[in-house]
Amino acid sequence: MRNVHKGSPAGASTATTLDRLRRGQIATVTAVDIHGPQRRRLMDLGVLPGSRIHIDRVSPLGDPTAYLVRGSVIALRREQARGIHITVEQE
Amino acid sequence: MAADLPTPNANASPPPAASAACGTCVFNHAAQLRALGVDVSGHDHVVALAGNPNTGKSTVFNALTGLRQHVGNWPGKTVTGAEGGFGYRRRRYKLVDLPGTYSLLSDSQDEDVARDFLLFGQPDVTVVVVDATRLQRNLNLVLQILQITGRVVVALNLIDEAHRHGLSLDQRHLARELGVPVVPMAARSRRGLDALLEAIEQVALGTVATRARRVHHGDARTERAVRELAAQLLREYPGLANTRWIALRLLEGDPGIERAVTDGTLDRLSSPTPHAVSSETPGT
Ligand SMILES: Nc1nc2c(ncn2[C@@H]2O[C@H](COP(=O)(O)OP(=O)(O)O)[C@@H](O)[C@H]2O)c(=O)[nH]1
Ligand SMILES: [Mg+2]
Repeated sequence: MRNVHKGSPAGASTATTLDRLRRGQIATVTAVDIHGPQRRRLMDLGVLPGSRIHIDRVSPLGDPTAYLVRGSVIALRREQARGIHITVEQE
Repeated sequence: MAADLPTPNANASPPPAASAACGTCVFNHAAQLRALGVDVSGHDHVVALAGNPNTGKSTVFNALTGLRQHVGNWPGKTVTGAEGGFGYRRRRYKLVDLPGTYSLLSDSQDEDVARDFLLFGQPDVTVVVVDATRLQRNLNLVLQILQITGRVVVALNLIDEAHRHGLSLDQRHLARELGVPVVPMAARSRRGLDALLEAIEQVALGTVATRARRVHHGDARTERAVRELAAQLLREYPGLANTRWIALRLLEGDPGIERAVTDGTLDRLSSPTPHAVSSETPGT
């Protein structure tokens, strides 16, 4: 993606990856560092820079996790979530 | 644009009456609709039903044709589109229920079926059935389809669910933004069917002018490459529709479209057919 934000703007939020998001936190996607058809798929489901995202529920084994993004729920495996860069809003 | 549209959490005000179209006049045109079942003989127009999975496409299909396509969530769903017929006023329509898809750009089998039909089957009208409670996700496909054809009606389905969630939808604004008719409906209770039929007829006959919203990429080098490739395609395949869209896919390395070039599909399509009339905004 063109705009990969790595730093945290003015310390108001923390840059990390989606797999490290905790329940109750809200984040904004900053970049999708996944390539090929999976990238297309994620973007078609609404995971793209600027999308707000939070955890909807976690499966019994802890993987995959269901996220709510753009009004819909999607399930992502941990390794997929690791490729999605986010900034976490302050709680 | 999508950010301005309501999402299930964004708007808690109580809904207004659904629309003039599906208030008191539910069955006004019922006498004009003739469900023709599997009989698609002698049809005047081809109508495709597209949309994300589970938005009510088959419910609409059944309501119009009188057939019983499987309704609900199931694995191994329809891979090729089911066909049925209906008559409205003085014309006969062939209706094709396409597999549910989130995108026309991924290389999956369902999506290829839907995409190939929209791109190469060139229906006269494409009804995109969207879930009014998940508008943002659904609009992705709507916008993708609008890049291929302007002959579109958006069926804003599950409006009853949306109202239950306290969502109100400004379908006029949406229609203006998209450049095509938007019909709010609740297909399961046959609400809005009359307005849908009316919109289908208008788009089929060209009595309503659509101006499909086109996406521009804002990058001069990309735009130049697309233009050059599109021009080349047109030289190679005179009469081919959607050369800009096809050029974009080729630049992306889309395997399905590369196949269409190498296996002669594009060649076959370049001779204009009676159904190839296009109402796209020119010059985009
Ligand atoms: N509440 C409500 N449910 C609907 C409506 N239209 C369809 N459904 C239900 O939505 C589910 C999916 O419908 P279906 O026609 O199979 O969707 P498809 O996957 O797009 O073909 C079914 O359970 C339908 O009964 C509607 O207008 N309102
Ligand atoms: Mg179906």
